[in-house]
Amino acid sequence: MMLQATPRTARIARGALVALSLALVAACASKPKYTPAVPVAEAPRAPAEPAPRTAPAEPVQSGPAQPIPGSEQDFVINAGDRVYFDFDQFAIRPDGGSVLDAQAAWLGRYRNVRVRIEGNCDERGTREYNFALGARRAQAVRDYLVARGIDAARIDVISYGKERPIDPGSTEDAWAKNRNGHTQITAGAR
Amino acid sequence: MSLRVLFAALVALAIAASLPMTPARADIVVDVNQGQIQPLPISIAPFGGEHGADIAQVVGADLERSGYFRIVDPSASSDKGLNVGVVPLFPAWRQIGAQALVSGGGAMGPDGRLGFDYRLWDVNGEKPLDGQHFVATPENWRRVAHKIADAIYTKLTGYKGYFDTRVVFVAESGPKTHRKKLLTIMDQDGANPLYLSDGSYQVMTPRYSSNSQEVVYMALGDNFTRIYLFNIETGRQELLTGKITGLVSAPRFSPDGNRVAFSVTRGGNSDIWLMDLRTRTETRLTVDPGIDTSPSFSPDGRQIVFNSDRSGSPQLYVMNTDGSGVRRLSQGGGRYNTPVWSPTGELIAFTKQDGGRFSIGVMNPDGSGEKILSTSYFEEGPTWAPNGRYIMFHREAAAGDPRLWMVDVTGRVERPAPYSQSGSDPAWSPLLD
Repeated sequence: MMLQATPRTARIARGALVALSLALVAACASKPKYTPAVPVAEAPRAPAEPAPRTAPAEPVQSGPAQPIPGSEQDFVINAGDRVYFDFDQFAIRPDGGSVLDAQAAWLGRYRNVRVRIEGNCDERGTREYNFALGARRAQAVRDYLVARGIDAARIDVISYGKERPIDPGSTEDAWAKNRNGHTQITAGAR
Repeated sequence: MSLRVLFAALVALAIAASLPMTPARADIVVDVNQGQIQPLPISIAPFGGEHGADIAQVVGADLERSGYFRIVDPSASSDKGLNVGVVPLFPAWRQIGAQALVSGGGAMGPDGRLGFDYRLWDVNGEKPLDGQHFVATPENWRRVAHKIADAIYTKLTGYKGYFDTRVVFVAESGPKTHRKKLLTIMDQDGANPLYLSDGSYQVMTPRYSSNSQEVVYMALGDNFTRIYLFNIETGRQELLTGKITGLVSAPRFSPDGNRVAFSVTRGGNSDIWLMDLRTRTETRLTVDPGIDTSPSFSPDGRQIVFNSDRSGSPQLYVMNTDGSGVRRLSQGGGRYNTPVWSPTGELIAFTKQDGGRFSIGVMNPDGSGEKILSTSYFEEGPTWAPNGRYIMFHREAAAGDPRLWMVDVTGRVERPAPYSQSGSDPAWSPLLD
């Protein structure tokens, strides 16, 4: 479940890789700017030699890069950014508790990270009631993290009610996914 | 023929005085509270003059959509020359089955304004029922039509009209996972739709003031909730909740337009608050660990009906405007939400969730007399026409888009509202001036 990348996490992963490569390019490009003023004597060139014979190329395995520790992708994949709720409930379920324990541990390690807890509901309720219910869910997630030692000042809460489902379907499965508390990193990730 | 001309002169006299020509009581009426509605057959003779045909078309569409009238095609009548200055040849209209008849015509005045006369006739009684003269700028011809339709509706049903009104709502577009939700306004018949917000946040639950062209609504962004006050006529928008700690939702005007009740959520707990728009001060009305939301004032401004799950499931409660005297209204099984007091004070509309279905219903203000008007896979968000006879709401099929619908308080007239695209959270305006 946690490894099923939603389009959003896939986009985040791509974003993180792009950011990383940009950072590397920036690092390479900036170094040659400083050149020592001391003239460097040119060393004599070695006489040309025939190209060395190479061994047959070993095949190189490629695969997804490990997320950068402390990145949003790391949080999403290795801690989990969503916990799920039962119909009209806001109690943290046991499966959600283990995700939140992992979130708390991760946030304990990366202390500059700030998060926004977003409470979400399925479509089987009225807009205003679901907004209030989503707020309860976000608060339940927040309270859990605070009880695990995360500074409340690092956490914002909001409810999206039923306005931002992650699954557009109208099935039990879709509703179960859409009843969630989402922990969104807003600052401080690598 | 001379009698006809004489009558026309009398009619013109009465029109000039801008008075109805007969006692208020019509002999023909649409009895809208019978077990079955028999729509009244009414014919609209071709209107002459500037925008005559346009106005006749809009009047007919308004009356037909109300569910209380059936339009009889006037082209079958042998009374071809009927205009606003002559008395109809009643047998010709009886012959095609019309019980009521409308004639009318307009002319541009020297000031460039459109003057329009209309007459309503009792075909069987062979007498005039109503006549009025309207003056408007030519581009306002649709409102002339709605005012004529309102006059006819009032005369023949005994209820105030509701056609010269607007509806604000949320136009929805894009996939459900990334929904664009824009504040939108249209005339009650779907004409003149106009977006009023720019899409930088999602708009939810707009509500019309009952005595001005102002709207309050909730804005939802990635990291904020706000309640805005928006003036339809000036376009001026004002943030009402900038100083309020917590999440804000579910705004609704008091009947005098001077206060806004809304829900404030702090620490996960939602309670009802009241803001005085003149002083911008807030008062907290409920202090309860349950969800308290969706407040709606009684038309006398003394009580607020709201939604609370303090008993374990969402139910309807009523309290005094100072927060005292809370008592539960809804008693049936099921989950009750979004109570809205009717403008006449007689009924409270609500959304009910029961057995996996959603319904729009009404109950008396003491909680008795519950009546379900409409049921489907999903529907919510009732709003009252200013005459208290119709409710607009939105309905959504499974995996479908929301659509605006309307139902009358008898539950027998149920039809899509005249907006063909995706819309939700309708709010009806008061009658325009």
